[in-house]
Amino acid sequence: MAESKPKPEKLASVDYRPPSKSWMDVPPEIRLGTFNWAANPANAKYLDLPHVRKWQPTDEDWKLPDNWQQIVLEGLADRLQKYRSLKVFMDICVRCGACADKCHFFLGSGDPKNMPVLRAELLRSVYRRDFTTAGKILGKLAGARPLTPQVIKEWFLYFYQCTECRRCSVFCPYGIDTAEITMMGRELLNSIGLGIDWITTPAANCFRTGNHLGIQPHGFKDSIDFAVDELEEITGVRVEAPINKKGAEILFVSPSADYFASPHYYTLLGYLQLFHEIGLDYTWSAYASEGGNFGLFHSSDMMKRLNAKVYAEAKRLGVKWILGGECGHMWRVLHQYMDTMNGPADFLEQPVSPITGTRFDHARSTKMVHICEFTSDLIANGKIKLDKSRNDNVKVTFHDSCNPARAMGLFDEPRYCIDHACNHFYEMPENTIREQTFCCGSGSGIGTDENFEMRMRGGFPRANAVQYVHDKHGVNMLACICAIDKATLPPLLEFWVPEVEVCGVHELIGNALIMKGETRTTDLRGEPLPGVAEEADATDSVAASDGEEVSKDV
Amino acid sequence: MKALFSLVVVAVVVLLTVLAVSTSGGRTFFGTILPFAAIAIFLVGMIYRVVYWARSPVPFKITTTCGQQQSLSWIKNNNLEAPRNFLGVLGRMALEVFFFRSLFRNTKAELKSGPRLVYGDARWLWLAGLAFHWSFLVVFIRHFKFFVEPVPGWISIMQELDGFFQIGLPIFYITDGILLAAITFLFLRRVFNPQLRYLSLAGDYFPLFLIGALAISGVIMRYTTLRVDITDVKLLATGIVTLNPVVPESLGAVFFVHLTMLSVLLLYFPFSKLVHMAGVFMSPTRNMANDNRVRRHVNPWNHPVKTHSYEEWEDEFRDVMKAADMPLEKDVESK
Repeated sequence: MAESKPKPEKLASVDYRPPSKSWMDVPPEIRLGTFNWAANPANAKYLDLPHVRKWQPTDEDWKLPDNWQQIVLEGLADRLQKYRSLKVFMDICVRCGACADKCHFFLGSGDPKNMPVLRAELLRSVYRRDFTTAGKILGKLAGARPLTPQVIKEWFLYFYQCTECRRCSVFCPYGIDTAEITMMGRELLNSIGLGIDWITTPAANCFRTGNHLGIQPHGFKDSIDFAVDELEEITGVRVEAPINKKGAEILFVSPSADYFASPHYYTLLGYLQLFHEIGLDYTWSAYASEGGNFGLFHSSDMMKRLNAKVYAEAKRLGVKWILGGECGHMWRVLHQYMDTMNGPADFLEQPVSPITGTRFDHARSTKMVHICEFTSDLIANGKIKLDKSRNDNVKVTFHDSCNPARAMGLFDEPRYCIDHACNHFYEMPENTIREQTFCCGSGSGIGTDENFEMRMRGGFPRANAVQYVHDKHGVNMLACICAIDKATLPPLLEFWVPEVEVCGVHELIGNALIMKGETRTTDLRGEPLPGVAEEADATDSVAASDGEEVSKDV
Repeated sequence: MKALFSLVVVAVVVLLTVLAVSTSGGRTFFGTILPFAAIAIFLVGMIYRVVYWARSPVPFKITTTCGQQQSLSWIKNNNLEAPRNFLGVLGRMALEVFFFRSLFRNTKAELKSGPRLVYGDARWLWLAGLAFHWSFLVVFIRHFKFFVEPVPGWISIMQELDGFFQIGLPIFYITDGILLAAITFLFLRRVFNPQLRYLSLAGDYFPLFLIGALAISGVIMRYTTLRVDITDVKLLATGIVTLNPVVPESLGAVFFVHLTMLSVLLLYFPFSKLVHMAGVFMSPTRNMANDNRVRRHVNPWNHPVKTHSYEEWEDEFRDVMKAADMPLEKDVESK
């Protein structure tokens, strides 16, 4: 899309006054910059999705199937029977409004339908009319309304203006989770052929080749080999990166962006360095080369279809357990869904770190460990040597990615890694971190160019908190542990806080890591590595005399 | 509009009651039949609602974590915000149900020039909500003295505490004041906050007016010359409970308004948002432990889906994999 992009000054003045008309009478406005293009029919067909056709949101007529109302209402009835969450969340909201100004899209757009409570009412109003006594009798008075094509357009607009980040669910007195409602809404939309392309196409690619850009196995190998070569150029150390290696102890799964996008790529280099330095017996998989799961943004069935590869590949390769890289939605699936959907993983062993001997009891059923858990255990046991001063060129803050934060509780592990990898770390204000973290504004499959304005609006609260630490402490690097963050925070910060860059936690680890036999003068991005020249001699002697035992507080 | 509509409905019910209880038929209806039916419908309706929810399974463990998970031994788990076990869940639910833990987090975001988003304290909603629910509960329990004979000691103690300040005669119960103040705040907030007014339904105002009328009629009976004879109230109440209805002569219109407001509240309860009273216990984001990777959660409808197996995948890419010297399961010559 080549249309002119909005200016920050324009988006920064948000009008929070609701319209004078009742929200039921305000039609959805399909405006460029605030929605996503429809799914490419070929890819939808490849995934056997229903009612595939050529259409676009900008069309007047969305060519809904003849019995679309029946499909949607039966689909809703079916999901009410399958999900207690949906039933309870439909019934118990008291509209106290605590969630209203917790949503980044509401804060950035002022559109009342982006208040989580109203987003849920979009679906609830239809539920009331067909599934509750009060709604059947009293109709609009009870907040019920019939399912019309306009309602469908509204759902399409607003269920794709929610990133399923779950921030509202933290503040709700009943824990009502808008992500759950959005997921149901999207499943219903998909059941009548209303999917978006940046979910359907990556899902089709993942299904076919194993990663979301559709890179074929040899291309995947090329990328990894290239990274190995480049790492040798930077560090002077030749690492091994086995692919599809049977009998390896550990299968490593990370989001595919790690090996073809920037700045993800520097995190990949960090992983490779780390695994080499500790001598990890592991393997990549070209078949399960995508941990990130675009199915989560589509339907629970699609999530299961894509996720199935992880356990299947672990079984085929005969590994003992699985290690997972830095990724947000991927970890929601791995932590909350994988074992239930595609388990039990009784062919794997309880994860034990081969380096420290630590038993990861908290992962004994799923058998999958987060890289930050793994690395912080290495650091705590003094198994790697980190030179914090090598990251002295950056002042770092940490963005808690929504899903590791609110669907896992992974807060201290990445901070522990960062604390041991750099000297200058500053937290953003407490209302914007940990469980209260703000979304990048582009998660859950809506990080597209055509949706640019909405992304900048939705990401505004996050960017504004970054601005705060940039102004106060001179922060110039935003660390995160999510592939979507790494893809979408750079343009977000470019828009709002251009002085701050984005990196992964394991990029910082990689920069700080003292490797045996290394000869390096630059960091992973090719910038001069701070402090390395004056310390080169000391480092060599440590590496030579003491390969295993290093002190805890490096 | 919606608020006005709800107010009118409550006013009409009040008026109807006042008019009807001047006839003996009306007194029987509003004094015995309606309350009895209301209690029955409330009980059956709530049981039905809970069973309706419980009939659907919880396919996934979707705990919302609001604190540090249990992972490495030297990282402290926050068992109340990201429960690692049942005890933690119990504690989390207790905090939620008794103290409205999540609402306590409430903030108010404001966009200032700069642009600068600032998050101010907004615990008034929490305070008013808590004050309302707790004082309503105490007032409700105080009414037990009308049903049971002899009145249990703990109710008398609670009643004395409630009248601790010994203001006025009859002694003023603090909870009466708190209840009315809280409900007024909740109503004003709904009307004056533009976002809240925009999203409110008639069903959000109706219970406020209903409970308001219930409380005011009760206050009138206790603190004004329109006092009622407590022994007669007791007679009527035990009559309803023991299915042996009597409507004593002395009970006046205010009493019947009070009783009718309660009856309508009970009737309305199972069909409205008020079911959050039971629903809060069944919210999957709060009532499950964050032990997903420790204990496998079973989904009863976990149906099979179409996957892309390794074999199919290798069949499709064998040639390019072979050319790239990648390991293969079946090293066959391609066609």
